[in-house]
Amino acid sequence: MKKDLVVIGAGPAGLAAAISAYEEGIRDILIVERDNLLGGILNQCIHPGFGLFTFGEELTGPEYAARYIAKVKELGIEYMLDTMVMDITRDKVVTLSSGLKLEAGAIILAMGCRERPRGALNISGTRPSGIFTAGTAQRLMNIEGYMPGKEVVILGSGDIGLIMARRMTLEGAKVKMVVEIKEKSGGLARNIAQCLDDFNIPLLLNTTVTKIHGKDRVTGVTLSTGEYVSCDTILLSVGLIPENELSKKCGVRLEEGSNNIICSEDLMTDVDGVFCSGNVHHVHDLVDNVTKEAIKAGKSAAIYLRR
Amino acid sequence: MRRDALENRIYDVAVIGAGVIGSAIARELCRYDLSVCIIEKNVDVCEGTSKANSAIVHGGFDAKPGTMKAKMNVIGNRMMDKVCEELDVPFKRNGAMVISFEGEDSLSELVARAKANGVEVEIVDPKDYEENISSDAKCALLCKSSGIVCPFELTLGYAENAVENGADIYLNTPVLGIKKDENFTIHTSKGNIQARCIVNAAGVYADAIHDMYLSHSYTITPRKGEYLLYDRDLKDLVSHTIFQLPGKMGKGVLVTPTIHGNLLAGPSADDLLEKDDLETTDEGLAYVLNTASKSLKDMPSMVITSFAGLRAHGDTGDFVLDMPACGFFEAACIESPGLTSAPAIGEYMAGMVAGYLGADLDPSFNPVRKKRVLDGDRIICRCESVTEGEILAAIHSTIGARTLDGVKRRVRAGSGRCQGGFCSIKVMEILARELDVPFEDIRKNTLDSVIVFGKTK
Repeated sequence: MKKDLVVIGAGPAGLAAAISAYEEGIRDILIVERDNLLGGILNQCIHPGFGLFTFGEELTGPEYAARYIAKVKELGIEYMLDTMVMDITRDKVVTLSSGLKLEAGAIILAMGCRERPRGALNISGTRPSGIFTAGTAQRLMNIEGYMPGKEVVILGSGDIGLIMARRMTLEGAKVKMVVEIKEKSGGLARNIAQCLDDFNIPLLLNTTVTKIHGKDRVTGVTLSTGEYVSCDTILLSVGLIPENELSKKCGVRLEEGSNNIICSEDLMTDVDGVFCSGNVHHVHDLVDNVTKEAIKAGKSAAIYLRR
Repeated sequence: MRRDALENRIYDVAVIGAGVIGSAIARELCRYDLSVCIIEKNVDVCEGTSKANSAIVHGGFDAKPGTMKAKMNVIGNRMMDKVCEELDVPFKRNGAMVISFEGEDSLSELVARAKANGVEVEIVDPKDYEENISSDAKCALLCKSSGIVCPFELTLGYAENAVENGADIYLNTPVLGIKKDENFTIHTSKGNIQARCIVNAAGVYADAIHDMYLSHSYTITPRKGEYLLYDRDLKDLVSHTIFQLPGKMGKGVLVTPTIHGNLLAGPSADDLLEKDDLETTDEGLAYVLNTASKSLKDMPSMVITSFAGLRAHGDTGDFVLDMPACGFFEAACIESPGLTSAPAIGEYMAGMVAGYLGADLDPSFNPVRKKRVLDGDRIICRCESVTEGEILAAIHSTIGARTLDGVKRRVRAGSGRCQGGFCSIKVMEILARELDVPFEDIRKNTLDSVIVFGKTK
């Protein structure tokens, strides 16, 4: 089967890129999404703060996504849910988890990023339950409706960790502290003010977790200061990694260390006709910036297809 | 089984411990006309030493000639192809090299042992076989018959095949005491189990089980080994299992591809007092990394996870494969090469028990493990491309997964680079749905490893 444009991922980047390509005159578009709904991670980001630049108003994640989902549906852009891309070749043959093979005229990579897990930090200690990445905890609370913990230490001060400090506090959990190995938080200033300061949650800089305790469930952590802190839950907010395993399969060149995609000004990767946008390219602070980049990627793909 | 029904039944043999050794013995016992049960204290099979080790099928050149370790290693290695085919276990003879930084003389002891044990080895230049080997490695002993295996599937395959051939399995059933009148009465948390014979295969706890019935005769010291596991990206770094010369505490730190295409480095070796201390330590992990770094030109430091396992190190110096009292058998002090030896120990112990009971072979025994294939091509674990169908099969197989780790060990969902960040919630949902239990009842591994605490407000 042939498709002019295959967009991989239906988060904010994929949706905006597909809409942008459509508006540039491309009609034969397919968005492939591995989850069972459109919108990506925005669906679990129920806090406000999205859309100030794009729409001039403050929206929640699901509200922000809903505008793009509605547009995709209105334009009749084709999409597949519960479908994962298993392979992309250099000549742009896309293999789906259903076994279907698509010959794409152009591809936009929009797979987003993943969170760095505990294993990657190589923190010593036991391996009990109660250790979550901040995003997993966010999904547990906001999509599934379950409490992942009662007494929490957050390692790393990335934005999702800060947002979750507030979210868990509002749900009745005791967030004891956020510890950050660097001398400065990587999170947005507004999140430190609104998510930590407003709730009197201490942020310990130049500090990290050196050991995890607990045989069945987490019972506590040892900090680099030597202090032991009891807790039943550890949330990790220690960095995001562009999810480029698929990109590598077709020969897209990555920056060593960061896993960012090396691409041209118009967002074309080293592979002819393969473009990228959003957090798979590099991790963005704001979804508004993701949208901006995705619009450009959609446009570039359209120009490429028309040439 | 109900408690009264349980107490009225008399098994021919009760095997204590569902690690690879207990499971192999149980399966081999099923070849005979015997009623068999397996009693396991954890909620799943393969929860002790069998789940956290190097997953190597050793060639047999290292074990001291004349010992049970040497004998079982060599026989077990030869049996592995057939067993893994019957039980549908991933296994590959990738070959092993022991590299020496000193020269050929330092390998002479191993060469002599290999010869005495009947294991084919040769002295080679390791650089002819591995590009990434350290340039300090002067020569190496190469053993082509060494291999890598999936220890979870080997254990599960044995246990499931035993159950498919009529064995009962009691999970989550710690043994609390043993006494003997006409038969053995095994006092457990679920009631008493009666059996004509007992096989003690309780891993690091085998001495404690022994002491419930007999006077103390050996001590098992848990010897902790810490490991580093690397991404599949690094699978081409080495193709052989790379050892350094063995030391007093074991075979030393190895670097090896795993059967699933990861790279594994370890173990350290530290003797412990506690039998359930699975903590990794900064020192242990650093030791593994530093030692492994000597084997390769460029040892990566970015791991996807680290873990620790306990070897059942006995003060006997050799495997204990014996009947120390009438009807009381034991396979104890099974440290390395225990996994390799499992097929041989299973056969040997089952033969010993069957001889004692005068049992005949059971012609209906089927050595082939049932393979369950269920529909569902939705990808649940993206890192390891695990489908919903595979997870359903893991839950509904002969000994089904009941926990997140149970699913992970059976089909690898959650064992990839994101370590379950994306799929663990989906796996919990599938477990809850298929087992018809509330979401909050799903555990990571043990009964107390709670994952969520009820609903949000």
